[in-house]
Amino acid sequence: MQVNLTVNGKPRSDDVEPRLLLVHYLREHLGLRAANVGCDTTSCGACTVLLDGKSVKSCTVLTAQAAGQEVTTAEGLGDGDSLSPVQAAFRQEHGLQCGFCTPGMVMAATGLLAENPHPTETQVREGLEGNFCRCTGYHNIVRAVLAAAAAGSVESAEAGQ
Amino acid sequence: MIPAPFDYLTATSAAHALDLLGEHGEDAKLLAGGHSLLPMMKLRLAAPEVLIDLRRVTELSGISSDGDELVIGAMTRHAELAASALVRDGAPLLAHAAAQVGDPQIRHRGTIGGSLAHADPAADLPMALVALGGSVELRGPAGIRTVAADDFFTGYFETVLGPDELLAAVRVPSAPGQPWGYQKFTRRANDWAIVGAAATGGRIALANMGPVPVRALAAERAAAGGASAAEAAQLAAEGTSPGEDIHADRAFRQHLARVLTRRALEHERG
Repeated sequence: MQVNLTVNGKPRSDDVEPRLLLVHYLREHLGLRAANVGCDTTSCGACTVLLDGKSVKSCTVLTAQAAGQEVTTAEGLGDGDSLSPVQAAFRQEHGLQCGFCTPGMVMAATGLLAENPHPTETQVREGLEGNFCRCTGYHNIVRAVLAAAAAGSVESAEAGQ
Repeated sequence: MIPAPFDYLTATSAAHALDLLGEHGEDAKLLAGGHSLLPMMKLRLAAPEVLIDLRRVTELSGISSDGDELVIGAMTRHAELAASALVRDGAPLLAHAAAQVGDPQIRHRGTIGGSLAHADPAADLPMALVALGGSVELRGPAGIRTVAADDFFTGYFETVLGPDELLAAVRVPSAPGQPWGYQKFTRRANDWAIVGAAATGGRIALANMGPVPVRALAAERAAAGGASAAEAAQLAAEGTSPGEDIHADRAFRQHLARVLTRRALEHERG
């Protein structure tokens, strides 16, 4: 079947099998390998991407279900070599160890901050409930999201001046 | 894990979805958020030949007031339910239950209609619907019928929903200010309840204490007769025969039902 959607700002049109999962479309058809297949059971969050701005687990979304919608992967954050505020904060706070969960964490955090730009630490922990870090590096991940939120506040304050 | 092949159809209206269901019969499944069905298809526990996607059927979305009831479209996603001012005001137990489902990503996709039609006895929304004494509107070729929550669930993952029907909407009483209590015992933060208990308006419902979400009728009667939360909760497991699995045996589930019912009643009574 023909599916038309937008991925990281680019319109795409592809002939896919109805059963093709979004994560496989992104990785194998488009070569976008940031979203990882971790548990493959909607648990670990390593495959998290944004669908019309909301975080979803792309191992549990059919490509067909994303038709007409906007998909954002970690490759679509930032601008060229410049990192998005969340990516920069993960680097600054060392919010990663082995890195496997990181693209999903960054996308979940990006979605979380879009919904709640000033979360408390508890809200960050609850907001990342669907993303597992098997290195157990949660403290720095939470610190990174809080730092990104604080950086966002500074940016919007400066933009307002 | 890859689902078995299927044909994918997009319904443009509820009537169109019913036509497609009539055409394809039991080979077809309705697709809402897909967060129960797709995992089952990936495990090959389900292999429908046709999926009828409801995502473009806008008439199945939205939350409104109808007299003393809230009417919630079946395609309402858990995150929308949890954030809805109407639901938070009129049926706060339901908004709270929606916020307990899975994790944020799952709540962005999963729908109330899908969760109820899937009928997992361990799930949040079936228990919440039974606790609230709500009902579901089932739409079929012969029209719409309304089924009370107590009569909707018939067994593990089974409901009265016919193969030619779709769950169109959910109705719950709107009772602003009515106290409620909600308890869910899990081993992992985003898991299904090993046992759950929800209490409001004199009704108590339990999750995962049998093949369907069940009422704790003996505890309800005791509470109505003036028993304390602790006294009423002692009767919460009466008449239940919960399943056993790696998480809990029958005696432990019955113990949890008593403890969680006491906590739910204490929360309800402030």
